[in-house]
Amino acid sequence: MNKLASKIPDGPLETKWTKFKSTVRLVNPSNKRRIEVLVIGSGLAGASAAAALAELGYTVKCFCFQDSPRRAHSIAAQGGINAAKNYANDGDSVFRLFYDTVKGGDYRAREANVYRLAEISNAIIDQCVAQGVPFAREYGGLLDNRSFGGVQVSRTFYARGQTGQQLLLGAYSALSRQISKGAVTMYNRHEMVEVVMIDGKARGIIARDLVTGELERHFGHAVVLATGGYGNVFYLSTNAMGSNTTAIWKAYKQGAYFGNPCFTQIHPTCIPVSGEYQSKLTLMSESLRNDGRVWVPKAKGDKRKAEEIPDEERDYYLERRYPAFGNLVPRDVASRAAKQVCDEGRGVGPSGLAVFLDFRDSIKRLGRALIEERYGNLFEMYEKITGDDPYTSPMRIYPAVHYTMGGLWVDYNLMTTVPGLYALGECNFSDHGANRLGASALMQGLADGYFVIPYTIGDYLADEIRTGSTPTSHPAFEAAEKSVKDRIDSLMNVKGKQTVEDLHKKLGKIMWDYCGMGRNAEGLTKALGMVRELKKEFWSDVRIPGGAKEFNPELDKAGRVADFIELGELMILDALNRKESCGGHFREESQTEEGEAKRDDENFSYVAAWEFKGEGVEPMLNKEDLQFDVVHPTQRSYK
Amino acid sequence: MGDTINLKLKIWRQKNSKESGRFEIYDMPGVNTHMSFLEMLDVLNDRLIREGKDPVAFDHDCREGICGMCSMYINGRAHGMLKGTTTCQLHMRHFHDGETVTIEPWRATAFPVIRDLVVDRTGFEKIMQAGGYVSVNTGNAPDANNLPIEKSKADEAFDAAACIGCGACVASCKNASAMLFLSAKVSQFALLPQGEPERRERVLRMVAAHDEAGFGSCTNTGACEAECPKGISISHIARLNREYLRASLSQE
Ligand SMILES: Cc1cc2nc3c(=O)[nH]c(=O)nc-3n(C[C@H](O)[C@H](O)[C@H](O)COP(=O)(O)OP(=O)(O)OC[C@H]3O[C@@H](n4cnc5c(N)ncnc54)[C@H](O)[C@@H]3O)c2cc1C
Ligand code: SF4
Ligand code: FES
Repeated sequence: MNKLASKIPDGPLETKWTKFKSTVRLVNPSNKRRIEVLVIGSGLAGASAAAALAELGYTVKCFCFQDSPRRAHSIAAQGGINAAKNYANDGDSVFRLFYDTVKGGDYRAREANVYRLAEISNAIIDQCVAQGVPFAREYGGLLDNRSFGGVQVSRTFYARGQTGQQLLLGAYSALSRQISKGAVTMYNRHEMVEVVMIDGKARGIIARDLVTGELERHFGHAVVLATGGYGNVFYLSTNAMGSNTTAIWKAYKQGAYFGNPCFTQIHPTCIPVSGEYQSKLTLMSESLRNDGRVWVPKAKGDKRKAEEIPDEERDYYLERRYPAFGNLVPRDVASRAAKQVCDEGRGVGPSGLAVFLDFRDSIKRLGRALIEERYGNLFEMYEKITGDDPYTSPMRIYPAVHYTMGGLWVDYNLMTTVPGLYALGECNFSDHGANRLGASALMQGLADGYFVIPYTIGDYLADEIRTGSTPTSHPAFEAAEKSVKDRIDSLMNVKGKQTVEDLHKKLGKIMWDYCGMGRNAEGLTKALGMVRELKKEFWSDVRIPGGAKEFNPELDKAGRVADFIELGELMILDALNRKESCGGHFREESQTEEGEAKRDDENFSYVAAWEFKGEGVEPMLNKEDLQFDVVHPTQRSYK
Repeated sequence: MGDTINLKLKIWRQKNSKESGRFEIYDMPGVNTHMSFLEMLDVLNDRLIREGKDPVAFDHDCREGICGMCSMYINGRAHGMLKGTTTCQLHMRHFHDGETVTIEPWRATAFPVIRDLVVDRTGFEKIMQAGGYVSVNTGNAPDANNLPIEKSKADEAFDAAACIGCGACVASCKNASAMLFLSAKVSQFALLPQGEPERRERVLRMVAAHDEAGFGSCTNTGACEAECPKGISISHIARLNREYLRASLSQE
């Protein structure tokens, strides 16, 4: 059987989802209660899935590693969420949102999935408003929209600069309601550390209570992963400190294929690195590019203050190179352009690894008050971190790792190649191809959780109504717990010299230098060797303080970094294999004369789905060919 | 690069909820003033691990002032001395060379210490579960623009909804009351039409859950508002009181 069957329903694009919904098998209400579903993660994808599944009557357990589901990393999203409402009457439609997303993803996403996402987008806004999410409104009381990087319509809904927070609090409120009804049992400060497989199906997990260090066994008829992105493989990223790959990495090792691991989004507008001690990077919302102009001095090594550089000596390089989109080109394009001008020696700031984002002209045109209303909290955040005032001198920004388009391969039902194991939100690979457009991750997380999984999971669970709960004394649970315990013991017993941070920083540097904004065969090959060495170094020299049976954040981190190192290797293999440039993946060997990314549809119009073949064995590459029936791939142009 | 200062840190160390804790003093020479407060603690922890000692446990995640995870009492102030700032957003440029910095966990009976600076804030969850939601199931919501909401009301609701659930209000209140936290949620829904149908029930249930979770009662000292990193206004407590009164009076 072809494990990579995408299960896309037949028929025209516009009717696939409707048809699916009306023909999918259902589980009757009295059976639902007897079916247990484990949801790992409480971000937009996890919280919405747990709440929606519980509303349908399933018995749900939900897990997160923070002390409350409300703290999942989705909380940090600033800019907004897309929907094809066309409230702005500027020509938007489901089709246009679909088209923009496929094109923005550089034709490496599945048409049917993206179309469904665009279709569902409107219901998300309705749902959130019904929950009391306070979106920005106009004076007439209706919802306000703005435009966001990479598109030419205003379809982004927002809640000041805290859209993710408000959406997550909405999903969290729905989740809290189900917890109070006893339909969801919430496990905070718990980390999933293994998937338990019985007869080839996912049947449960091993979780670690992070307060006591105890291992727990949980049975589920199905396991839903919604554990977020793995950008922290680069050490420095805009992700929260705890964001990790552990859950999906364990799934990969249990047989779930990993899709396009090397597809990473580097966001153009982040606060530059200030020193060695730096622990994370802070994003400055992309919405700033609506009113801010990006530039560097025309001359190399110009160290004058921004205010002292006259207009004719400034290079507004995005406006110059991409007159049609200007400062609003997609993220991958903007990031690469920033890297190029810095590589030319025209970067600004103490490190030379930064460009200006300047509000002078828009303050002049619109007045300070309006700029303050639009971006006040972002300006404040910038000032808090850097000590500089962006109202009087331009911000300094530089690209940083932000989002991972890669993730577990899933079919149309969001099921991985392991029966009964699903992946939702950022941790799957599905909708963004090789580059994600702004404000579409929040859309995807909520679409997956509120509107897709509640339907698609029934298709699998309909066969499970006669499967009783497996007692967790089952040998498979026994064995899984033992392997987890053995691994923790080995970690604790290394008793080496390097801290987990030391090793994580080393990994980050390798990944950033060779598998970051620019990639080439020589560098990647070198990096492959380096990461393999680092793995040995980790397992022979890591030092973890304290014990395994207590609150021990260093041990938690050690487990995550061990997984990151292995993932790093897979990302490099994937980047090596994909000899074309596409979206965020820029193979220096494959560029146009003007230095733009050059796709190779002939040879690479596929999803790379990697299959684990055992420790120390090369993983196997499986390919899902991408078909474009509606949108015809062209070289992306934002000129 | 950058300036450095020398500090002494006086940090609360406590192995777990059962053992009693004590202060320990650490020298911190050469602190780069561009660092954030948590990065400074990272540097300390790095040193402690290398010396074979237990690092200082503290909660944190986003490190950009939005997840509400970080929770430190710094020099007698929740989240330190800067207004409108969480611990993770506090930078070392605001400290002076030679200063002793005292760092403690949130202190409140309803927030037992888990380890060092980490506390258990489950009490907040209980309050939210008691009524911090609008009871709508997924699907079938009417078109979002069928429900116009006056911009000023929507803005005020947003101000209330900006609470990050950090617990600084509880930690700075002499009664360890969670009224600011609770009132922010009640207020958000009291201002919005979506909250109307459950308005009465919600406030009664949430206040009951608050008391049950062991939080103290509010005596209007205003310490919470002064320390709240998100500028949640005490006027929400006034609204909560009105809502509560109204709900109690209309009780059959
Ligand atoms: C700074 C920033 C700004 C952004 N702004 C925008 C924006 O404006 N618009 C937009 O569309 N997108 C934005 N994004 C992207 C978007 O926020 C994320 O892609 C999205 O929120 C991810 O949601 P999620 O539910 O998949 O995962 P997350 O929100 O990351 O949630 C992951 C959950 O999984 C849990 N978890 C992880 N591992 C385990 C484990 N092993 N065991 C148990 N639990 C586990 C965590 O506790 C957490 O609850 C932004 C991202 C960042 C970093
Ligand atoms: S009201 Fe303020 S201090 Fe209290 S939890 Fe909310 S944000 Fe924190
Ligand atoms: S770490 Fe998230 S608010 Fe401080």
